[in-house]
Amino acid sequence: MDAGIHVKDLNAWFGSTQALHGINIDMPDKQSTAIIGPSGCGKSTFVRCLNRMHETLPDTRVDGKVTVGDMEIYGKGVSAVSVRRRIGMVFQKPNPFPTMSIYDNVASGLKLNGYPNRSELDGIVESSLKKAALWEEVKDDLKKKSGASLSGGQQQRLCIARALAVEPDVLLMDEPASALDPISTSKIEDLIFELKKQYTVVIVTHNMQQAARVAEFTAFFLMGNMVEFDKTEKMFTKPSDKRTEDYITGRFG
Amino acid sequence: MHTLPDPTASGDSRSDGPRSDGPGSDGLRSDGLRSDAPETVSNPAPGNAPLVAMAPGTQMGSRSRLTAKESVFADGVFRSAVTFCAIALVASVGLIVYELIIQSHLSMSKFGFGFLTKQIWDPVGEDFGALPFIFGTLVSALVALILAVPLSIGTALFLTEICPRVIRPILSMLVELLAAIPSVIYGLWGYFVLVPVLRLHVEPFLAKYMGWTGLFSGRMYGFGMLAAGTILAIMILPIIASITREVIMAVPRQQREAALALGATKWEMLRIAVLRNARPGILGAIILGMGRAFGETMAVTMLIGNRAEISKSLFAPGNTLASVIANEFTEAVGNTYLSALVEMALILFVLTLIVNGLAGLLVWSITRGTPRALA
Repeated sequence: MDAGIHVKDLNAWFGSTQALHGINIDMPDKQSTAIIGPSGCGKSTFVRCLNRMHETLPDTRVDGKVTVGDMEIYGKGVSAVSVRRRIGMVFQKPNPFPTMSIYDNVASGLKLNGYPNRSELDGIVESSLKKAALWEEVKDDLKKKSGASLSGGQQQRLCIARALAVEPDVLLMDEPASALDPISTSKIEDLIFELKKQYTVVIVTHNMQQAARVAEFTAFFLMGNMVEFDKTEKMFTKPSDKRTEDYITGRFG
Repeated sequence: MHTLPDPTASGDSRSDGPRSDGPGSDGLRSDGLRSDAPETVSNPAPGNAPLVAMAPGTQMGSRSRLTAKESVFADGVFRSAVTFCAIALVASVGLIVYELIIQSHLSMSKFGFGFLTKQIWDPVGEDFGALPFIFGTLVSALVALILAVPLSIGTALFLTEICPRVIRPILSMLVELLAAIPSVIYGLWGYFVLVPVLRLHVEPFLAKYMGWTGLFSGRMYGFGMLAAGTILAIMILPIIASITREVIMAVPRQQREAALALGATKWEMLRIAVLRNARPGILGAIILGMGRAFGETMAVTMLIGNRAEISKSLFAPGNTLASVIANEFTEAVGNTYLSALVEMALILFVLTLIVNGLAGLLVWSITRGTPRALA
């Protein structure tokens, strides 16, 4: 099934401040798209609009059209809960549930869906941890150790496993490696490289090298506007907008 | 870029501004340096580096020379003062225990451990046992907790999650106001409002539908264990609710987002990300509430019926350790009588210690293995 993301005239507000101005973008299925831009340009707000997390903050508002596959995210009768079950998200700061074991962390999303079958659950937990490249490190104390007892990089991969366990179509990552050390960062990047074979990945990043390494497509955001969206290679060699060029060459930001 | 040289320029202008203003900004621009403070210090622009390095240094020097001796002295005074406070606190607790033991010696030597298990309370024959009072204290607190805990957690969840933000501060204030009402007022309200309501409406209803449990049977006075437990529940509700509210608010937003992003509904999010993380804190709140219920005297004395007996039915009158002391202390004429009452106080003290210890153990067993950083 096609799980490309199509965004039309997306506007978002915090109170009376408009954070996104008429964003139009079509992100292709099973590819990874990087969102880059200086701090406060709206890139996090943008990805949070894709799975309706933006509206969980007080005094926020969104309008516009976002379609993922056949589902209209802001359509009538579409609940935020059903949207989020199909569009997983990994946050900047690793946020495993500290009172749950590693196993329960991965299974938490499935348990919300009322997953009854024990042995099937075991299988999904294992395959999710394998996909997140964490299985080998934790397989011996799945139920003994708390999710919070892992290192920062492991916690982030645990969060990725947790998001993958519910088998989403899309994985959104909001600066997933910015709180991690270089080695953990490179593990996460390798992982994203693998994941985009199966999922549509959208990754917000501060780090332009990271965007160049993991994403086929890149969108450049500035002051709540999308300035340019193109193949990553072209963005970093021959950007068509002067502002993109200025940002990429380090003239500002 | 164009705004960056300004801080350095204004810093320079204190000594000889116009001269270094030019080179400073030029150097920055050609080097392409983009950050501010550290670079400007190492920047070899004439007149710039010495000023930045010296100015804070001289200021600190002149100030710290004056305060060096003073601060050692002040440190000493501070250290002694806080040490004294800590010792005074421990000593007063020790003195209270010492006094209780001394004063209750007569009763202890006369009744021994039988005091804890006897059901007799006979001031005339000078024969005393504390069991009905221990029972009353525990049961009234238990009834209070059963009623108050779900209500206060519900209140806290409503205040943090559902209540419109406009009325949130007003409601929070009202809940905290409940805690500030003197207990004698609760007692009066219980006497004139709660007891008649219990007698005429609640107790007949409970007897009809729950009478088979044996907990709700017998004569319906209104006064009794149920009335005492209910008033205690109202009194401890604000304590548990306000602490629970704070604990819930302290759960990091990232935890809520983690659950929501997995497709949790609001209630599921509260269950797996909020209440689960807040559990140790909520338990702590319950323990504080229980401590208050144990020690509460006035309102309980006015409503419990003050009869030293153990009954299965919650309709029956009872008595508690705290209220028997308050009620009978002034009229305790014999030495044994007085000593028995002091021993009751000692029992209440120890009971509180034991329950707090157990509760602490419970919190510890739940939080074990969870890093502290979370909560």
